Amino acid sequence: MAKILVIAEHDQGRLKQATLAAVALAQKVVAESGGSFEILVLGQDIGAVLEDLRGYGAAIVVSADDQRLCHAVADKYAGVIAEVAKQRGINLVVGAVSTFSKDVLPRSAALLDAGMLSDVIGVSAVGGDFEFRRVMFAGNVIATVTLEGAVKVLTVRAAAFPNAGKLAEVSPIVDFPLTDLALPAFTEFGGRETRQSGRPDPTEARVVVSGGRGIKNAEDFERLIGGLADVLGGAVGSSRALVDAGITPNSLQVGQTGKVVAPDLYVAVGISGAIQHLAGMKDTKVIVAINKDLDAPIFEVADFGLVGDAYQVIPELMEKLKK
Amino acid sequence: MDLEGVKFAVNPFDAIALEEALRIKEKLGEVEVVVATIGTEETVEQLRVGLAMGADRALLIRCADTLDSLAIAKVLAAVYQRERPGLVLMGKQAIDDDSNQAGQMLAALLNIGQATFVSKLELLENQQRARCQRETDGGLETVTVNLPAIITSDLRLNEPRYVSLPGIMKAKKKPLEEIGLAALGVAVAARTRYLKFECPPPRKAGVRVKTVDELLLKLKQEAKVV
Ligand SMILES: Cc1cc2nc3c(=O)[nH]c(=O)nc-3n(C[C@H](O)[C@H](O)[C@H](O)COP(=O)(O)OP(=O)(O)OC[C@H]3O[C@@H](n4cnc5c(N)ncnc54)[C@H](O)[C@@H]3O)c2cc1C
Repeated sequence: MAKILVIAEHDQGRLKQATLAAVALAQKVVAESGGSFEILVLGQDIGAVLEDLRGYGAAIVVSADDQRLCHAVADKYAGVIAEVAKQRGINLVVGAVSTFSKDVLPRSAALLDAGMLSDVIGVSAVGGDFEFRRVMFAGNVIATVTLEGAVKVLTVRAAAFPNAGKLAEVSPIVDFPLTDLALPAFTEFGGRETRQSGRPDPTEARVVVSGGRGIKNAEDFERLIGGLADVLGGAVGSSRALVDAGITPNSLQVGQTGKVVAPDLYVAVGISGAIQHLAGMKDTKVIVAINKDLDAPIFEVADFGLVGDAYQVIPELMEKLKK
Repeated sequence: MDLEGVKFAVNPFDAIALEEALRIKEKLGEVEVVVATIGTEETVEQLRVGLAMGADRALLIRCADTLDSLAIAKVLAAVYQRERPGLVLMGKQAIDDDSNQAGQMLAALLNIGQATFVSKLELLENQQRARCQRETDGGLETVTVNLPAIITSDLRLNEPRYVSLPGIMKAKKKPLEEIGLAALGVAVAARTRYLKFECPPPRKAGVRVKTVDELLLKLKQEAKVV
């Protein structure tokens, strides 16, 4: 029977919502084929995150609280995850799709001599083992795949596993002693360019307003895309074209090589709809496209398409939404 | 999946990784740039592109099987032990499989540092360390990693040069060595078994609206999202 370890992700003490998709996968596996799951939180001063995670039905919430883990540096984190997985007899390690998981979990997998599947969107128990479904080729192919070996590592797409349900029972918090564990120190953390805007992360928002090359500069992006996002209470995103042009930060890039989002509403403004961009947003519930080119491919995936100039349409839209 | 007739190109992230190596060589002088890949005769073409861009020599690790990331990392670990490079640059992900794993796994197997999704790279202290800017979900992050290390490239690290005609001519004379897995002393097999490939259901075609008012009406009454 599966013994699952969910790796929690947090940003300075705030739990990342995507973690709950990994928890949801664990809940599903346990509900369907038995076994149990544990949640591991790594970091320093992680009390609030540990508390947050006690209500999801985990057998235990494991705390790896250590000053050396104050930054999510892959060599250290991967080492601790592998150690916890070994000591606790884990056979499925699960994290959410994010740059954190992509950086750390393959390293843990190799330390555990475990195979790994990225971008998992489905799991089912088949004859004592699992069959997984994962996304490949910029979202154009869904593969059904099995993974040999006693230990397996996965990253799961948030959209495929709607957030885990909270339960009444409260999981105990168990400390994982790290003082005697030698951790590598290949890497020195230098700092992170902080995001100034008070807007939510595009992967966590119910509404995402994204701008593309149709938006000419940073001021226009803030006024039109930022403005519409604020009216809708959503996040902003962008195509790679604007990141390359230095108009938006990389953390806003949606697509095959950026973030994958699946909000209730995605508004694509001045975005042509390249497959690499679609790979990051086509699981959205409702897509709105605003583009002045009536042949833009984005209209082929949009639920509602409006042919028009963003510079006229967006101010009008904001005006009318405010009413 | 039937890949016959599909043209295999150099993964864009790998071209970026190679470009960075070439820039380091151009800056420092005494540097040898080796391009390596795992594959068959069909992969030789991509190695030639690497040589034409400016790599000094190429290494083809012969293997007809489809490997997964862990198996690839094990093969590359053997290549690393043979070549003992001062720095390994790799693309952050292949744009077909999209796994984004092999570099990190290789770093673990070799027990050396890693910096993934790098968009700026600077060698420090006589090539003892590298300061890297990484593209993360939360924004740009800076780390300094001891060398040798595995560094994986993001799209904004650089813009790879085009292959020039003189480059192609020169490439023909550059060494391209082929080596089998047995000679490298590794036996690997993929643990992943792909059973089925499907196309995701297409989104059904939506509607065009003519005015902002019509759009708002649809969003409020039909889609109920605003
Ligand atoms: C390996 C690789 C990975 C990639 N990964 C990603 C990724 O993760 N994410 C991503 O987005 N891209 C990615 N790309 C790039 C992708 O191929 C496209 O180049 C990019 O998405 C184009 O961005 P865009 O739609 O903003 O620009 P364009 O394609 O230039 O489109 C601009 C659009 O704006 C419209 N427009 C112009 N002015 C106005 C106006 N005033 N009002 C309304 N509409 C207007 C135009 O009609 C046009 O449709 C990747 C590419 C490669 C090779």
